[in-house]
Amino acid sequence: MTREERLRLREFAVRIRQETVLSIRARGFGHAGGALSVADLLAVLYGSLLRVDPARLDWPERDKVVCSKGHAGPALYAALALRGYFPLDWLATLNQPGTRLPSHCDHRLTPGIDMTTGSLGQGVSTAVGLALGDRLKGRDNRVYLVVGDGELNEGQVWEAAMFAAHHRLDNLVAFVDHNGKQLDGPTRDILDLPDIPGRFAAFGWQAQSVDGQDVEAIDRAVRTAWATEGRPHMIVLETTKGAGVTEIASMAMNHHIVMTEALAEAALAELAAELDRLRREEA
Amino acid sequence: MTVRIGYTGRTDGVALRDVFARVLARIGEDPDFVYLDADLMSSVGTRDWALAHPDKAFNMGVAEADMMGVAAGLAAAGFRPLVQTFGPFASRRCFDQVFLSVAYSGRDLTVIGTDPGVTAAFNGGTHMPFEDMALYRAIPGATVLDMADAVQLEAVLPLAYRQAGLKYIRFGRKPVLPVYASGSTFDIGRAPCLREGRDATIVASGLLVAESLAAADRLAAEGLSVTVLDAFCIKPLDGEAILAWAGRTGALVTAENHNVIGGLGSAVAELLAEHGPCPLERVGVREAFGEVGPQDYLQRRFGLTADDVADAVRRVVLRKAGAAAGQ
Repeated sequence: MTREERLRLREFAVRIRQETVLSIRARGFGHAGGALSVADLLAVLYGSLLRVDPARLDWPERDKVVCSKGHAGPALYAALALRGYFPLDWLATLNQPGTRLPSHCDHRLTPGIDMTTGSLGQGVSTAVGLALGDRLKGRDNRVYLVVGDGELNEGQVWEAAMFAAHHRLDNLVAFVDHNGKQLDGPTRDILDLPDIPGRFAAFGWQAQSVDGQDVEAIDRAVRTAWATEGRPHMIVLETTKGAGVTEIASMAMNHHIVMTEALAEAALAELAAELDRLRREEA
Repeated sequence: MTVRIGYTGRTDGVALRDVFARVLARIGEDPDFVYLDADLMSSVGTRDWALAHPDKAFNMGVAEADMMGVAAGLAAAGFRPLVQTFGPFASRRCFDQVFLSVAYSGRDLTVIGTDPGVTAAFNGGTHMPFEDMALYRAIPGATVLDMADAVQLEAVLPLAYRQAGLKYIRFGRKPVLPVYASGSTFDIGRAPCLREGRDATIVASGLLVAESLAAADRLAAEGLSVTVLDAFCIKPLDGEAILAWAGRTGALVTAENHNVIGGLGSAVAELLAEHGPCPLERVGVREAFGEVGPQDYLQRRFGLTADDVADAVRRVVLRKAGAAAGQ
């Protein structure tokens, strides 16, 4: 990856975080922690790797994204708006009555959302079904799946993992957002699942583990996945819940937070400073 | 809808599983057809077809929640999936997946739940769904169908398959007493009238349709003349036909191989409560779990025989007379 490309994607990640904070501020509360932790992944996907066209939402050969941790919707909406799927001013309607941007992803409401998610575990099976269906239809696109680490508690995840490996769905590229926290606290205290890559490898997947806040590492891992045939791909992203906003990342409990004006102002100031720094570096 | 009665009171030996496998092969010619099963292909007679069509049939293993989600994903990719497993596993076991990944998400899916209610017989109480229709009825937009015999299954399954949305179809795998003569046709949402009478109307579905015809024969010998409607489509219910016959006969009996809570009995009671009550008796399972045994024993155990239907008609006719005398 060139230096320019890396800076461009890092700036895109900061823009996703800014818009995420703004949309949650407009409502006053929301799932900030797990939205911020996947911003770098979304920047790599929507800023570079995805074969999509916002003008052709039903293009059958497009790459598809299933955000099974549906509560990361606000970050995904920010990425979609910044890519031109819908106007940026929609983001302020997050969770308002009649909105097209609900707390959890809904493909019937939001342009660019490929799958309705929110009941954890279910997006893994629907993504696997999409990947199987695309392969049966002879399409050469890929299906990208984002799973939470707390979500791995759901047995359905492992049912789907078995099926994907059995049918060698190598058009499926999955990510676990391993931020180490679920709603009630640290994953290790609630239902510990050590060695996530090893577990997926044992299920027959190609498994990698990378710094999930590093756009270049994510990009490299996805390209490694592309180059591996015959197995579904798992990329475990080592992330921080609330990444990019120090005050949110340092909260013990940050799955769903109240976004006070003071917190939003501090977050936006930190993100603006980061964007300035990247732009100076670019220049 | 053109139905001809084929009821003789004797079985024709046609196993519904064979009908299902035959219809599956026929609708399987649709290029968008795909069939998923949760390790029960051998039980329902589709294994040979599945092995011959590896690009159209997928054995999901014993993983019903995943099966519903994968079906939803296949629908999103442009397929028209059909899934099969035993009734309890097609409903209770994966309700949230059917509800959200399929119905809430607006995906088209045909769900087959085999061995409903007492037809689960020797698999016993763990495999005996008396609440599957109640669960599916509660899903917005779902179609819920309870098959009375082989002719009906053969005619209705392709109609349901082509219809949009979520469709739940239940039937036992074994031979049943035929109700219809071959060549009968059906409309989803219309309840065929199998017999016309003056004194009461039986609204039955599935296994209880043949039992209701037997009951009607016995009651005729006592001088009671009853109408029998086949409400094979529990949802959407043919409210027009049921209310019309409620008006003509002034007394209703429902009969179903299911809990009276949430199924046909509930649906008809709700209809009458909103549109003009008349005396109603409900034949169905009351506050009980299933248990193991031969089907004829279970029908007696849970009150699902022709005798139970006939008793309910006698009761409802007395109530009607009492109401008339009280006026």
